[in-house]
Amino acid sequence: MGKTLAEKILSQKSGSDARAGSIVVAEVALVFAQDTTGPLTVTQFQASGFQHLANPNKTALFLDHAAPSPNYRLSSEHILLRQFAQQTGCLIFDIGDGICHQLVAESLAKPGDVVIGADSHTVTAGGLGAFATGMGSSDVAVAFGLGKTWFRVPESIKVVVSGNFVEGVYAKDLILHLIGNIGANGATYRALEFSGDTVDRMSMSQRFTIANMAVEAGAKAGLFPADNITKDYLISQGRGNHYQPVFPDADATYEQIININVAELEPTVSKPNTVDNIALAGELKGTKIQQVFIGTCTNGRLEDLAVAANILKGKKRHPDTRLIVAPASRQVLLAAIEAGYIQSLIEAEAVILPPGCGACLGLHQGVLGDGESCLSTANRNFKGRMGNPQASIYLGSPATAAATAITGEITDPREVI
Amino acid sequence: MLTGRALKFGDNISTDHIIPGRLAHLRSNLPELAKHVMEDADPDFASRVTPGDFIVGGSNFGLGSSREHAPLVIKISGVSAILAKSVARIFFRNAINLGLPVLICDTDKINDEDKLEVDLVAGTVNDITNGNRLTFSEIPEVMLHILDEGGLIPYIQKHGDFKL
Repeated sequence: MGKTLAEKILSQKSGSDARAGSIVVAEVALVFAQDTTGPLTVTQFQASGFQHLANPNKTALFLDHAAPSPNYRLSSEHILLRQFAQQTGCLIFDIGDGICHQLVAESLAKPGDVVIGADSHTVTAGGLGAFATGMGSSDVAVAFGLGKTWFRVPESIKVVVSGNFVEGVYAKDLILHLIGNIGANGATYRALEFSGDTVDRMSMSQRFTIANMAVEAGAKAGLFPADNITKDYLISQGRGNHYQPVFPDADATYEQIININVAELEPTVSKPNTVDNIALAGELKGTKIQQVFIGTCTNGRLEDLAVAANILKGKKRHPDTRLIVAPASRQVLLAAIEAGYIQSLIEAEAVILPPGCGACLGLHQGVLGDGESCLSTANRNFKGRMGNPQASIYLGSPATAAATAITGEITDPREVI
Repeated sequence: MLTGRALKFGDNISTDHIIPGRLAHLRSNLPELAKHVMEDADPDFASRVTPGDFIVGGSNFGLGSSREHAPLVIKISGVSAILAKSVARIFFRNAINLGLPVLICDTDKINDEDKLEVDLVAGTVNDITNGNRLTFSEIPEVMLHILDEGGLIPYIQKHGDFKL
């Protein structure tokens, strides 16, 4: 009997016949934490009695959530993490390098790897065909010390994506549509495995957007095959040698198969306060927005900034709507400068943040005021997420965000392009 | 046998309800952080909770972030177990790793402030207030071993590796 992507990767990395429901111990190719989960990871690592890392060059710390630090307490946490890196020899990425998931995608994860991180959006690397999942600090601390962790092999839901996106509709709309339909716990404990002719043509940037949000349906992983598009991406990142093809078996067993024809999709928005609370952007016309935020591990890549910059070029933000843009990494920022996107965005009166998580999780760089509404390209709109439980968050694509910045109210991007 | 009072919540209680990202600067000071437990779901929770109470959620309890601080502040508050109709994956694993039991049962039958008796061995919840008797789903064996040792860190201290 054939295997799903999840079963294949976990079989290879555990040296056993991993089938949905079985418990395996698998070696991890990369284990990481970031600046809000890293300090507890260090505490748990030390409490476990570990003296050194199993694999320093496969262990990483990222200072991205509070970057640069907005207060002395978080600055002290950064010092602690830098010291840990110095003592143990692990990799460390400091402020301005970018968001952990983007840097993992650009430089670290490989097809067929098992990757775990103390951050729920670790699933992003599933776009590369890696089995990547988020865990807490204790699990990550133990993987720091042992170089492996245990998994319950998930059942998989196959999502077959077909058709061509119409103008103004993107991967973000697809994943919001899917989560809206299956619900915020529609894939809990499962892996979402994406395939179909649309996936076969889909850019890596869009694959990362979709994989990133798999966790918002409760999924343990969001997996894509590693194909020629993956290979070309790795070559463009100077690591073509990291490529290996990874595909599910044709006769793999899936718990469920979901078919989506993207030609039928329209620009989609999540309303407060859950990601599965979706509506079409056009249905929300008239909803005033005080802040638009474009960035994050979901939609802060070059392709996303290109979409936003092309819509905003030669235009200005609405006077009542702030526009904040955070590139996902230094590489993205430099490429966006070179392509002229940053110039267009600044001329449209955007505030450009340093590469990092920016306003996404309410720590700094765009905290919302009482009663304000934000249209964000991020992945979460929970109450209080952007620093204020009295504020509201809507989620949409970079195109919807750019259109909304121009009109000051939630806008279907097709109205302005 | 655990005995205590039910503190009831609805569906989709996220890790931001439990302990929001805006308080990340307090993560280095756990007693201070714990004063804000469940703040965005119930601002009075920290003053209401007493040791031995149960948090009773609806479906998809603990969705969102991987922050282990979420089950950690619940544990620090003295809550002895979480009961819910369903629980998000990362939160479930994090709670067990901290030695905090998460029990899946039909919590619709439990009301706020009900007195509960939980038998972890028999797998039953006895609602003394309304007389309902519920059973909770079996916890996977590997997690039971971790829970038995008081969490993942004591488990690793004792065994030095995963013994599955």
